[in-house]
Amino acid sequence: MAHSYTPGLTVTDSTVIRRRRMLPLSGTVLVKAGDLVQSNQPVARAELPGKVYPLNLANQLGVAPDEINDYLIKKGGDSIQKDEVLAENKPLIKWFKTEIRSPVTGTVESISTVTGQVLLREPPRVLELLGYVDGTVVEVHPHQGVTIECLCSMVQGIFGIGGETYGEIVLAVASPDEALTPAHVKPEMKGKIVVGGSFLPADTMAKAKEVGVAGLVVGGIHDKDLRALLGYDLGVAITGAEQVGFTLILTEGFGTIPMAQKTFALLTAHAGAKASISGATQIRAGVIRPEIIIPQLGAQAGMIHQPQRAGIRLGDPVRIIRDPLFGKIGEVSALPPDLQKIPTESEVRVLEVRFPDGQVAVIPRTNIEVIEGT
Amino acid sequence: MTSTASSPPTIDRPLNVIVATDCGSTTTKAILIEKVGDEYRQTYRGEAPTTVEAPFEDVTRGVLNAIAEIEELSGRKILDGDKIITPCQDAKTGVDIYISTSSAGGGLQMMVTGVVQNMTGESAQRAALGAGAIVIDVLASNDGRLPHEKIERIRTMRPDMILMSGGTDGGAVTHVVEMAEYIAAAEPRPRFGATYKLPLIYAGNKDAQGQVNKILGEKSALVVTDNIRPVLERENLSPARNKIHDLFLEHVMQQAPGYKKLIEMAGAPIMPTPAAVGVIMETIAKREHLNLIGVDIGGATTDVFSVFEGVFNRTVSANLGMSYSISNVLAEAGLANIMRWVPFTIDEQTLRNRIKNKMIRPTTIPQTLDELQIEHAISREALRLALIHHKSLATGLKGVQQERTISDVFEQHKSGQTLIDMLKLDLIVGSGGILSHAPRRIQSMLMMVDAYEPLGFTRLSVDSIFMMPHLGVLSTIDEKAATDVFVRDCMVYLGACVAPIGQGKDGERCADYEIAFPDGKTAVDQLKFGDLRLYPLELGKKATVTVRPIKSVNFGAGAGVAVTREVQGGVVGLMLDGRGRPLQLPADQQARIAALTKWFTAVGLYPTA
Repeated sequence: MAHSYTPGLTVTDSTVIRRRRMLPLSGTVLVKAGDLVQSNQPVARAELPGKVYPLNLANQLGVAPDEINDYLIKKGGDSIQKDEVLAENKPLIKWFKTEIRSPVTGTVESISTVTGQVLLREPPRVLELLGYVDGTVVEVHPHQGVTIECLCSMVQGIFGIGGETYGEIVLAVASPDEALTPAHVKPEMKGKIVVGGSFLPADTMAKAKEVGVAGLVVGGIHDKDLRALLGYDLGVAITGAEQVGFTLILTEGFGTIPMAQKTFALLTAHAGAKASISGATQIRAGVIRPEIIIPQLGAQAGMIHQPQRAGIRLGDPVRIIRDPLFGKIGEVSALPPDLQKIPTESEVRVLEVRFPDGQVAVIPRTNIEVIEGT
Repeated sequence: MTSTASSPPTIDRPLNVIVATDCGSTTTKAILIEKVGDEYRQTYRGEAPTTVEAPFEDVTRGVLNAIAEIEELSGRKILDGDKIITPCQDAKTGVDIYISTSSAGGGLQMMVTGVVQNMTGESAQRAALGAGAIVIDVLASNDGRLPHEKIERIRTMRPDMILMSGGTDGGAVTHVVEMAEYIAAAEPRPRFGATYKLPLIYAGNKDAQGQVNKILGEKSALVVTDNIRPVLERENLSPARNKIHDLFLEHVMQQAPGYKKLIEMAGAPIMPTPAAVGVIMETIAKREHLNLIGVDIGGATTDVFSVFEGVFNRTVSANLGMSYSISNVLAEAGLANIMRWVPFTIDEQTLRNRIKNKMIRPTTIPQTLDELQIEHAISREALRLALIHHKSLATGLKGVQQERTISDVFEQHKSGQTLIDMLKLDLIVGSGGILSHAPRRIQSMLMMVDAYEPLGFTRLSVDSIFMMPHLGVLSTIDEKAATDVFVRDCMVYLGACVAPIGQGKDGERCADYEIAFPDGKTAVDQLKFGDLRLYPLELGKKATVTVRPIKSVNFGAGAGVAVTREVQGGVVGLMLDGRGRPLQLPADQQARIAALTKWFTAVGLYPTA
């Protein structure tokens, strides 16, 4: 049980990240290894097959399924325009003629003489995959995508909603314990990534949407406000596809929780810089955390040493992630090896955390996370 | 390991030392089983983080780490570099076999199709669930979705496998062929890897096999097997379940990182974790002639198993769990249902924020008593909802003609009634962190009693350290070893619950009772409505309980009829539950808190300040 703690969230001024950019299906890669790419540059392209529309011709013509070939004007593979005649009967009296017109523009995908069904497919839709971060293509996965390497400053959030976006970082509050009020959100923040402090109330979300900010980064929100924003109660933390007008990243959690000083200081230092952010969160196997990536242009990726964590150590900065001290930040002051009984009567491994005011608390090791990054 | 899942290997050497792992989504758990004298015992355990994800991307790394922990604790040399030493070389070197189960990477996710939703659709669902899958959708010709919606749905889902059913043998083929056309048009892609074909099992009307093969043979890795519903009156799930296990090994697991190596390391086919738990539950129920309900409440999902009159069923409530899915329990149960189990007041906003914080930091544990009580409240609701789900699927066959006699004139039951009869239930088996690791065993017992509301006389137990998956796969190669360990080391018998059907005013007489304890002492008293009483009755001891209910109350023999039954003890004891069934809590907040406090104190549920 050497690793009985929650792997922390990275907050670092300098790191090298790699992001795999993969198409959902086979396509064409538009760049080659070694190319420098921009976050908003297409790096791969695929054609998503069009929607399929089944038409039961046998029913519509009132014939047996194995007879429909006799009535079809088009054959399998033929292209067809919307409202063009697909099939028709040939009655003796013209008045009784029935024409079946195509509801879509596309191609005749298949004809079944068992079910009497014809499947029409709309033309494919072109999907362009963007680079997401400014960086260098280090690997090309033929027909699938690329891996991009980027030297950057990075902040991982704990939870987010909304997809990938880009913009300039702008600080809206003066300190990490200040809540982000509607008055902080100005029209000039349109298209930017706005950094707040401890709390994002519902009326600020509305203002941000109205102004058209690209992203919001704050310490915490109330669950009820998230529910109102999404229009439903989020049951499982798998996000990234929401469309609420902006991408939202929480650095601490739910409630009013000051943003960690280290996080706030790093974002402050990069105010005015361009960042790529993603709210996608997946707290299951294959953990995905929301992230703020601030590329460092001109620096050499190879020069950065990536420290490897060996476990929790004395002096590590940690965040407490469970009540009653949820959100407090301190450093590890002791790592007693033996199991200790906590007020619930469970016997667990614990550690001691010293807070900036000198107070010390005993906390289960699973209830802290290390604030990672140098 | 070349044997298939449907035909486990015959081991011709004695198995005296066995190492087994379960590769879960987050943790790989290893146990060592050794033959001590004439019986098998679980002796050591180890665990390590599962290593399916980057940076390791090799499940065997976590397996080796977990086994290394057993090596350290036991002093037995099991590993030679990256290899497991088999068979045993001497008393302290090697093991006779290594076996494993797996639910890493989200388990086995399946989509099933049928023609009529509550007939072949449900049969297909039962086949997939019984094989240990999570069913991500059930498509049927009459499911209310338009054809293009069905195609879009198939396309957006990325299952590991599809099971197609539909039609009885010799019946019409049109609908099942139509479904095959939809699947072909959707061109479904497997969840892992874009380079292999999606495994698809066809287990429908045999007359459509040729047409299905023509439509889907090129587009999928099609396997044809016997119809799961050859005639309306009979289900034939085994061939489809066996094919699911085989394809899970041959296709799905081959795509997951490191699984090729894992399959080679193992001496028996790797089983999906829930399938293995199902096997052990079914084995025990059949051996002991019991009707049982088993539950495994995890962080993301809750699995419920039942065996009633020999019929096995399994369901998985994919988004009811105590960490990853905890917020979904709140969403499905509603705040009021959770709050009714909390013995103090807390404002809604604080509670909602706490639950969301657990969702985003799922590995945290309650540090204070009120946090523990909140988690226990949520678990009652997750268990309750999962059982409701199970009852709806563990049914007799629907749409079946029934012979009626003159005696049925006044009472005609529909076909497809649930098989779960709480009065006939003998044993509840609980498993999963919140039940197995509750600080006091009485907490596990009361959580299950409150959630399941057992009727009459019911025995309860928990899995000590979640080793049922290991024992399930072990039972396929050595039933004695699995049974020995299950009885001696896995099951912790909590005791018995005696509860009547009926309701009355708090404090009014419910029944008179007499308990004859094994030491010759007796307890004679009156059970009142609203009472919860606990008598010590040690593990291995039996007591005889006689209850004489008032005329509106039923202990299983009919309203007002006295019952005498022998009950078995356990680490908690004998619980008499006079709170009535259905269990109703006071609507008024203060009265509810007072009632909870009274019950919790009566059974010593939590430490007192």
